Amino acid sequence: MTKSRSVEVGSKKVNLIPFSGWMVVFVLIPIALVVYYAFTGVDGFTLTNLKWIWVYRDTLWLSVWLSVIATVICLLLAYPVAYMISRAGEKMQRNATLFIMLPMWMNFLVRTYAWMTILENNGLVNNALRGIFGEDFAGLNMINNHGAIVLGMVYNYLPYMILPIYTALTKIDNSLIEAARDLGSGAVQVFRRIVLPLSVPGIISGITMVFIPSISTFIISKILGGGKDFLIGDLIEDYFLGNSGVVNYNIGAALSLVIMVMILLATYLMNRFDKDAKTSGGGIL
Amino acid sequence: MKTAGKIFNALIFIFLYAPIFVVVFFSFNSGASRAVFDGFSLVHYQEMFEDELILSSLYYSLIIAVLSAVISTVIGTMAAMGINALKGWKKSVLLSVNNIPVVNPDIVTAISMMILFVFVLSKFHGMEMGFGTLLIAHITFNIPYVVLSVLPKLRGMDQNIYYAALDLGCPPLRSFIKVVIPQIMPGIVSGLIMAFTLSLDDFVISYFNSGATFQTLPITIYSMTKKPYDLKLNALSTLLFAVVLALMLIVNLRPDADKKAKRKGAAK
Repeated sequence: MTKSRSVEVGSKKVNLIPFSGWMVVFVLIPIALVVYYAFTGVDGFTLTNLKWIWVYRDTLWLSVWLSVIATVICLLLAYPVAYMISRAGEKMQRNATLFIMLPMWMNFLVRTYAWMTILENNGLVNNALRGIFGEDFAGLNMINNHGAIVLGMVYNYLPYMILPIYTALTKIDNSLIEAARDLGSGAVQVFRRIVLPLSVPGIISGITMVFIPSISTFIISKILGGGKDFLIGDLIEDYFLGNSGVVNYNIGAALSLVIMVMILLATYLMNRFDKDAKTSGGGIL
Repeated sequence: MKTAGKIFNALIFIFLYAPIFVVVFFSFNSGASRAVFDGFSLVHYQEMFEDELILSSLYYSLIIAVLSAVISTVIGTMAAMGINALKGWKKSVLLSVNNIPVVNPDIVTAISMMILFVFVLSKFHGMEMGFGTLLIAHITFNIPYVVLSVLPKLRGMDQNIYYAALDLGCPPLRSFIKVVIPQIMPGIVSGLIMAFTLSLDDFVISYFNSGATFQTLPITIYSMTKKPYDLKLNALSTLLFAVVLALMLIVNLRPDADKKAKRKGAAK
């Protein structure tokens, strides 16, 4: 009985052949090509592409900054919602999660355009305000700025924050909470010392699921940012598809490499934070 | 506190559904404006059904989604069984590789494959990106999700049942089909559904890998938003949303029906 007890049909090697071949050709080689392009130019190996990272430092910084703000807002909005859903009855929980996922079934471009309809100068909100304050009302400036980009990010990715936190919260053993109450903990203490630490894995996967698409978006900034505030995703798109007239895979690859490195770094920090939280018994506050 | 919570939930609900309401509402606009409602009309629905680009791209989207979901489910399920049988560093290497397309932002996955396709296709005269590259790209980002949804089912399975079948004289392939497949079926099905929906919904990866001639629905929607906005898009989105809503309601009401049936059975 020392032999592997895993189920095999044919042999495990045969099962892995299509997968391994596919992943090497269409995942690993492409990523190697990105790295290769980032460090080469017309004359072979070069570091000049990396110069563009410095040239575009403001854009990179803006992308990081807006994504961080969007992630924090998502967390602040999502946690109470996830908490309340996890405390509700079984049927209510199922309906609530369904309601949160449902909007994602409408094409995100169309939904983001709808925000334009709502916010723009002749949009629904300003028209409603003109109805109240008269036709002379100049209108609030709600679009084509950083705030609108953040709103687009929060709107599109909020469900990705709510659902993992909700899942983590439902996994908490209720007897732990009851035990803490029996031992004299108040509601605040129960939340701080039991619920919050045990929901950290959900928070962490929520943060990655919001931050990664936010930092690499190129559509939201285009629709709601008015096209004047290019984010890093817009730059990559332009260098690969040449929408602004210049196609340069090398610069585009170098910028993509920056995103990959930032995300690797963020994932590494997150995992360390997760481990710390686990080993120190959840003393994150 | 409780009312505060209710108000907060209601605000989040409004936030999530306001754009959807706007899209649905203006799909019935008799005028062409995105923000001024002239009167009720179904004219944009009629225009939508007469638009050949929309209909053909919907058709292409469905073909790509079905093919990529089926192929990635086969490759992914086999891979999950192979990975499940492995131990140690080999297993963690394969799992890490599997996670790359999940963790990488879409745009990076998209341009990395685009570089490969452009590079390879430049060696063959007259070949362009299109159906083939798009299908490959969709299979690639679908496989990891299938692996991740089948793997837990394999882990949670009692493998002794499979060996019992073998001991009782059932041939390996038949035991596999009769014993293993039914147990991991929920994982396979959810992987298939996830792959199908991811493929249907994908914009970013398709945008970089579809070429000029072959358009899926999200690409068509994007190209239409670049021109003066057309309310056909609202009509289309409303219709698709209604279909999904109906499917969701049917699927979601079914467990209740099951429970009722069980309760009835218990009463007897």
